[in-house]
Amino acid sequence: MVTIAMRNLSADLGRRAVLTGISATLRPGTLTGVIGPNGAGKSTLVRAMLGLVPTLQGSVTIDGRDLKALDPRDLARTIAYLPQGQTLHWPLSVERVVALGRLPHLAPMSRIGPDDREAVREAMARADVGHLSGRIVTELSGGERARVMLARALAVGARGIVADEPLASLDPGHQIDVMELLAREAGNGALVLTVLHDLTMAARYCHRLLLIDRGVLVAEGTPREVLSAERLRTVYGVTGHIDMGGATPMVVPLARCRERGED
Amino acid sequence: MLDDAFPAARHPALIPLLIAGLLAMALASMSLGPVALSESRILAALTGHGDAIAQAILFELRLPRTLVGLLVGAMLGLAGAVLQGYLRNPLAEPSVLGASNSAALGAVAAIYFGIADWNVVMLPLLSITSGLVALGLLFALSGRSESPLTLILAGIAVSTLAGAGISLALNLSSNPFAAMEIMAWLLGSIENRTMEHVWIALPCALLGMGLLLYDPRALDALALGEDGARSLGVDLRRTRRRLLLGLAIGVGGAVAVSGSIGFIGLIVPHLVRPLTDRSPSTVLLPSLLGGAILLVGADILVRLIPTASELKLGVVTAFLGVPVFLVHLLRERRSW
Repeated sequence: MVTIAMRNLSADLGRRAVLTGISATLRPGTLTGVIGPNGAGKSTLVRAMLGLVPTLQGSVTIDGRDLKALDPRDLARTIAYLPQGQTLHWPLSVERVVALGRLPHLAPMSRIGPDDREAVREAMARADVGHLSGRIVTELSGGERARVMLARALAVGARGIVADEPLASLDPGHQIDVMELLAREAGNGALVLTVLHDLTMAARYCHRLLLIDRGVLVAEGTPREVLSAERLRTVYGVTGHIDMGGATPMVVPLARCRERGED
Repeated sequence: MLDDAFPAARHPALIPLLIAGLLAMALASMSLGPVALSESRILAALTGHGDAIAQAILFELRLPRTLVGLLVGAMLGLAGAVLQGYLRNPLAEPSVLGASNSAALGAVAAIYFGIADWNVVMLPLLSITSGLVALGLLFALSGRSESPLTLILAGIAVSTLAGAGISLALNLSSNPFAAMEIMAWLLGSIENRTMEHVWIALPCALLGMGLLLYDPRALDALALGEDGARSLGVDLRRTRRRLLLGLAIGVGGAVAVSGSIGFIGLIVPHLVRPLTDRSPSTVLLPSLLGGAILLVGADILVRLIPTASELKLGVVTAFLGVPVFLVHLLRERRSW
């Protein structure tokens, strides 16, 4: 079980303030979605949370210990991170890429063991890329590649998973697969945080949502509490059809509204 | 093995074949030269029963030349593989970060100011020192950024500055013989090397290789980009410090005894990569061995090709390198 607490977190990239005073607590067994318009600071938030961007002020504690005091390998074993954009610089095989997730577990100079192999195999099966095992990742389709990268993050076997836009370039079927997979991880006690753009997916699968706008946390709570017509308008600048009743909530953006006054 | 987390990461015969090739090349280098020595005389000399001439030729001329060739080639091959992995750029080679040029500048300065004549170790020493100074400059220029692009740009600046220094020395050289000597040195050669050169190159190469080979998995993790690598527990700043120091010392030491020899560091990793799973870590050891084979092989060619004055090694590696590289590139183009 792992808990991440952010207190008054602020960060900037270059001279531009990207995050201002974010405080939130992420708990085990919860699937939390980070939503907000482009450039709101969603990716910077998750990166700051993992110490990947320097923070100006505020603190991140993981299970009560300050992030800066944690050994990087310890942190890597505790929280798996799936960066945005599926970066891969070499034409490696699927199995080799997924196995990179085991790096934090390998002592220097040691070989990959049976446990590691099992974790790799299982992660590939869970992300539905087992049949691609020997293929070269750079030759796969965007959606297949996204799932390979997810498998890589799952192979870490961490108690926390932070995924930045895992649904990008996935077809609807695989979007549902990935959301169900993340929900299952949370159901098994993992802390799961994911940056999302699809508000229906966010409403349907996330237990909690963090709504970020211009670097500020404007709303936090259950999807029902966070997603309202008023917020769609003020934060995203769109009108939308919101149906939060029933087992399958739906949030469908309809049209751009011109009231936000920035364009 | 250092790096093969996966047993199937490399073609199983690759390392044994490379080692065999290395031994064969070293033997060929020992037995070939302007003075023909029969196999029996070589064998006798090797076992300590040979005549004085055979002994002298083998141990004072050919052995140091072969050893320097092996060390320099291994160092350049490994440095190329490490840099390609670290910068995630298949075009990287030891010269991109200015390591070769700045070491060369030190050597050129030693020749220009006549310091090289004081003692045989002065040129290599100055060369290594100059490589380390350039490394300091590289760190100052690239600052805290971990992006490979910043480092490459800083490297180009350092390299260009060192190149300008070399040109200046050639320009101002009032003595045509000094200019000739500088030119000859810049072309690269391992002709007439003594055991002193081996003793200079050996510690540098060992230290450099040690630093470059430690924790090759950091290079694999970098395949996922900087964020990906850091989220896997890789300390990027420490990795960079270690790799650049290894590069400055190792390549500095190599350039110090052989002059500038291009192309080995660029092409060797490309030649061995298709026989591996292409992850940066599995390419390191084969590149080290392959570099040694290629450089000693080129040096044998230098001795065999009949020309009025002996061809320089750097010229041969460049001429060998281009076609090999082109053929390889045409075949491999698909996977990029």
